[in-house]
Amino acid sequence: MSEVRRTRAQQAKDKKSTFGTDVDLLKYQLLSDDKTDPLGLDGLTHEDRAKIIQSGIDLDDQDRAGTFFQTDHRIVHCAVKQPGLEVLPMAQALKEHAWLEELYWQAVPVDSDKYTAQAELHFQNGYFIRALKGQRVTTPIQACLYMKHDNTAQNVHNLIVAEEGSELNIITGCATAPSLQSGIHIGISEFYVKRGAKLTFTMIHDWAEEVMVRPRSGIVVEEDGLFLSNYVSLKPVRSLQMYPTTRLIGPGAVARFHSILLAPPGCELDTGARVVLEASNTRAEIISRTITTGGVIKARGHLVGLKPNVKAHLECHGLILTEEGIIHAIPELEAHRSGAEMSHEAAVGKIAEEEIEYLMARGLSEEEATATIVRGFLNVQIEGLPPELQAKVDRAIEESEKSML
Amino acid sequence: MLEINDLWVDVNGKEVLKGVNLTIPSGETHILFGKNGSGKSSLLMTIMGFRRYRVRQGRISFKGVDITKLPIHERAKMGIGLAFQRPPSIRGVKTRDVFNVCNINSVSCDELADKFNFSGLLERELNVGFSGGEMKKSELLQLLLQDPELVMLDEPESGVDLENLQILGKAINKLLEKYLWRKRAKSGLVISHLGFILNYIEADSGYVLLDGRIHCHGNPRELFKGIQRHGYRECIECQR
Ligand SMILES: Nc1ncnc2c1ncn2[C@@H]1O[C@H](COP(=O)(O)OP(=O)(O)OP(=O)(O)O)[C@@H](O)[C@H]1O
Ligand SMILES: [Mg+2]
Repeated sequence: MSEVRRTRAQQAKDKKSTFGTDVDLLKYQLLSDDKTDPLGLDGLTHEDRAKIIQSGIDLDDQDRAGTFFQTDHRIVHCAVKQPGLEVLPMAQALKEHAWLEELYWQAVPVDSDKYTAQAELHFQNGYFIRALKGQRVTTPIQACLYMKHDNTAQNVHNLIVAEEGSELNIITGCATAPSLQSGIHIGISEFYVKRGAKLTFTMIHDWAEEVMVRPRSGIVVEEDGLFLSNYVSLKPVRSLQMYPTTRLIGPGAVARFHSILLAPPGCELDTGARVVLEASNTRAEIISRTITTGGVIKARGHLVGLKPNVKAHLECHGLILTEEGIIHAIPELEAHRSGAEMSHEAAVGKIAEEEIEYLMARGLSEEEATATIVRGFLNVQIEGLPPELQAKVDRAIEESEKSML
Repeated sequence: MLEINDLWVDVNGKEVLKGVNLTIPSGETHILFGKNGSGKSSLLMTIMGFRRYRVRQGRISFKGVDITKLPIHERAKMGIGLAFQRPPSIRGVKTRDVFNVCNINSVSCDELADKFNFSGLLERELNVGFSGGEMKKSELLQLLLQDPELVMLDEPESGVDLENLQILGKAINKLLEKYLWRKRAKSGLVISHLGFILNYIEADSGYVLLDGRIHCHGNPRELFKGIQRHGYRECIECQR
């Protein structure tokens, strides 16, 4: 099995991705060593801590059901505080659970492109998180992938399983050390939401100006399962491209994607979500709010309805705050049966002068009025998101407001 | 309080005001009548300072200060307030937040909303899905919070039902308080088609705006009666 996988990866190792700028992977150093013992949190510098906290991670492990923390290729800390929950480094999980072979690389094909290939050929761990059957783990579990070594590649493979009737809330922060300028992060993430399970995944990215990011995610949701994704990227990054695919394979399965993106000058974001509604009574929603202050954003979305009684909605709203910025909304709806209820809404443009002036007539300066409207634009209350995670998202937005205007 | 001299204004290349002269002394409320498209809203928007309304010529002064070139918010801070004929909807911005911006005297927004049957709307996005009457109420309540010295109302009563008309009438009355025992401090400039407003405020003077110019300066009730009887035809002929 793993031999076949490696061969397929070998064959795909020069395969360019359909979307996004092509990255020359040879430019980046591949770190590796045989040590598996965790580095421990004590080794973190002041600056590291500040950066990590900013991306939503709580270093005291308080109010967390579990924590996974990896810097570059090394595990720093991995802990679990609740029964019925597993949090493990991926390499260890593969050793302990032979059955994982059946899920590993199933939601994301290993030969998708050169990035998936590299993640297989130069595997550097990642996390495995699993809620056992019927376990409702409402306290968030946190995972942090941190890059510290300049000019390196980080290739991680994550796999999350919410077993039947379980619940998981995961917050992941991805960030780079203040000293790091350039690098590439490749993250494979596979999500398996079993019957009647609920999985909330909140990801806050905080990269550096020259970092390339290529997440590759696949999600499979069974009958009456719910997958909720929130993605926030408000800090500079050179190029980020991702287009996760979700399959709703059981009746009543639901997937919702919310993303809030900011592209400063020199930044290129090509993101979106694709949901295939393969079973009856499935529902999907993809909502993005994008802002450019000079960067380029492609906001994609693709909904595929294969059964008659499915419901899906796609919403891309973009704000252009400077003359140089570009937002390209690319919504796609594909219905294969009549009776599929699918809709989209896209609006891209500047803030209406009329709205700014209206608030000015109430006494706000132009900057204050703009800030108020931008805050409102980003303020999407995410349905079903635990208040604590909503607070994290709100704080990330607040933090970036200052730099935005 | 407000003095306008020979004001010429363009909007999108179209001349909308053609030499308007107007003086509102402190404590007086003036009513502005006029046909659709005659330039009434344009006049108020220009006084407020909206950039679309480009002043080609003339001068606006408020409390003795030339404000012709001042940005909108500075005019608002000096004490000019406008209730819009058609306020914009602002997605994501809660009505409560806008109320808080207006609230310079720190009164309780909840109590105010409660008094005016507006509580349910505070948590909604500003004007998103508001009915016509709800928007008018929102505008007036914002002005009550702002408490401006020059109160400009652009058709505050249009589209408002009879019951709410009374409620809004009271609000307007409060905005432009006139006491028997002391001189009124607030001034008003109010646009109206229906004249209902005359029952709620003591208007001191009225005029008709026709094709960007002011005609017929006089007693507001008499003016309104004349318009009801003869339409605006008479004003065109009359050279007052
Ligand atoms: N932004 C704009 N672009 C083009 N034309 C405009 C604009 N704003 C106003 N106008 C035009 O200027 C003229 C005066 O408009 P204004 O809104 O001042 O009229 P009004 O007297 O308030 O009318 P109503 O009684 O219908 O409210 C109208 O012909 C209108 O179409
Ligand atoms: Mg008007």
